[in-house]
Amino acid sequence: MSRFLDKLFARFNIYREPGYYGKYDYKWTIVIDLDKCDGCEACVIACHAENNLPIVGEEECSKNRAFNWIRIERYVEGEYPDVRVKFIPILCQQCGKARCEVGCPTYATYHNQDGLNVQVYNRCIGTFTCATYCPYDVRHFNWFSYKWEAPLEQQLNPDVTVREKGVMEKCTFCIQRIRAGKDHAKDEGREVTDGDIQPACVQTCPTGAMTFGDLNDPESRVSQLAKSERRYRLFEDLNTDPSVIYLKRVMKQTKQ
Amino acid sequence: MSPFDKLRVNGKPGYQTSPLILSLSKDEQRYFQLNKNISYKEINDDVIDAMTRTGPLYYVVLAIVTILTLLLFFLPWIYQIKVGQGVTGLNNPSYWGVYLVNFVFWVGVAHAGTLISAMLYITRTQWRRSVHRSAETMTFFALIIAVSFIMVHMGRVWNFYWVLPYPNQRTIWTNFISPLMFDVFAIGTYFLSSLIFLYFGLIPDIAAIRHRSAGWRRRLYVMLSLGWRGTDREWYIRDKAYMLFSVLIMPLVVSVHSIVSWDFALGIVPGLHKTVFAPYFVTGALYSGFAGVVLLISILRRVQQSSAKYITERHYDRIGITLLALSLLWSYLTILEIVMGLTSHSSFELEHLRYKLLNPGFAGLTALMIFSNTILPLSLSIRKVRVSITCQFIISIFILTGMWLERFLIFGTSLPRKFLPYAWHDYHPGWVEIAITAGSFFLFILMFMIFMKIFPVISITEVKEEWTDS
Repeated sequence: MSRFLDKLFARFNIYREPGYYGKYDYKWTIVIDLDKCDGCEACVIACHAENNLPIVGEEECSKNRAFNWIRIERYVEGEYPDVRVKFIPILCQQCGKARCEVGCPTYATYHNQDGLNVQVYNRCIGTFTCATYCPYDVRHFNWFSYKWEAPLEQQLNPDVTVREKGVMEKCTFCIQRIRAGKDHAKDEGREVTDGDIQPACVQTCPTGAMTFGDLNDPESRVSQLAKSERRYRLFEDLNTDPSVIYLKRVMKQTKQ
Repeated sequence: MSPFDKLRVNGKPGYQTSPLILSLSKDEQRYFQLNKNISYKEINDDVIDAMTRTGPLYYVVLAIVTILTLLLFFLPWIYQIKVGQGVTGLNNPSYWGVYLVNFVFWVGVAHAGTLISAMLYITRTQWRRSVHRSAETMTFFALIIAVSFIMVHMGRVWNFYWVLPYPNQRTIWTNFISPLMFDVFAIGTYFLSSLIFLYFGLIPDIAAIRHRSAGWRRRLYVMLSLGWRGTDREWYIRDKAYMLFSVLIMPLVVSVHSIVSWDFALGIVPGLHKTVFAPYFVTGALYSGFAGVVLLISILRRVQQSSAKYITERHYDRIGITLLALSLLWSYLTILEIVMGLTSHSSFELEHLRYKLLNPGFAGLTALMIFSNTILPLSLSIRKVRVSITCQFIISIFILTGMWLERFLIFGTSLPRKFLPYAWHDYHPGWVEIAITAGSFFLFILMFMIFMKIFPVISITEVKEEWTDS
């Protein structure tokens, strides 16, 4: 019986194992060096421009309905004179074992061969399950069909769809750039190397705190950075296996 | 073994024509005698009168309820579909709000119908006979409303059929790992079985009233009674089928609400991710379902004078005992849920409990829930309270409120306090959500009012059997 089950599971797992997609097998990872991050929010603006995110206005933002695929979370510690502010950019962690994929009844969110959680807007029926299951609160829902006023619709990115009401969306690691980069590399008959692809946030980061690359390639920059002693992943104890790696030097609290 | 079984001619039941009746004992002869107080004809007359004699008050109430349903349920829903889900009070961490509370609530209310019909039928509990039709109807209509709440909840409701697994040109298949898919099957099965079960029970009743009706009613009844003639063989087959269905439908009581609870427990949200959820939800469902039955039959007694004859103190007494038992079980599981959270060694879980039990807004609601679900129903241990219809009516309203609050507290306190404190955000229902919630109750009343005039709400067959048996 167990041999039968092993055979059965092996048939399903073949799609998950590295190597199935041959030379197009990547594991996209972003390494964020929190010691370099100064919280300027340039990545947030870049993401808005790249991915056609609507600007929802003050009232909607006060209801926590802002569209920030990447956001800088600020945490303030201590009382007024002795205040410490910490911040951390949070974006979709592209979990290896994603909770959101379990929830969706229509496969609107699924795991692709590059280890990304892909969101297919056309399949989404808006059951909110993925967003509820997500421990990082990085999924955003189109509460209305958002409009861009007259000249502004000219600046929409033609590579990215504009989502209609009732659809869930989230950070894609700029999948349109990944697709373009992979196509380009394929045309030249080589694999994607460091620097071929840069998501909008990584490209914009003025301090170079963010690095994007393929974790399956041991020579890539992210693989080198991922070996750092400072590395940690968000809520690793939840067993979600995130693809975003944070680097942070833990300092001793000095009492004043 | 019922005395009917003795009266078999050549292995077939033949009690209607058999002379063997004389050979029965005194007790068994009494078994077949009609009750002196109420004759078969009177039961028929009562039920048919209740269906056909309609006063002006009924139409006035019907018109008001129809208008309220349109205004509170359908128009806000259409508005929400047109504008988007943003008209609700939902926000980024609290994606599940009052709509899902209502969904769980109505599925819960739907549970007592099956329990009363199937479980009590198998155990040959006599007091179910005059209330089971109301309970089954309640099940069916509550399920319709529960399903409609899933649709109200969905962002793109016009694509709801994408969750149905059938070969299609979209070349997509459904995700069978998703607890929502479990739901589709569990509720779909429950919906169909409760419909068939309701219909099985109705066939002899429809046959009994078809000769006394005219016009469209007659055409409808003739069609629906499937040529029922009331022969021994037909009764025999129907009883067999009814028993078989009772056995088949019984596990659904446990499975449906367990699966509904897994929608929430299979996520990893603190406060929802608990193993106790399945029994907790099933108990809660039965509890609120029984309260719903009490509410329904109390109103029925008031508006249909004749039903007071058939739904007596005895029924209230028995339902009261059941309510008391369920109340104690529910209270135990509630304490267990809190203790599980306190001993979880998880800061997220503790924050959720702090928010639920100590936050001034929710602490009041939690206290009201404990009062109406645990403390007030303890008074049902006194027989005087149990047999008093007013008391039971008030207690059931409290229980239903408390059970609604229980579900609201589950979603309202766990989702706004998920993992990352930066994203925490309180949830307040918007006016559309409140209107649709209120409207769903009017929709239920509307459906029941129409049903009550087309089909007998008190089972003619079963009441006759009950009067004969006792």
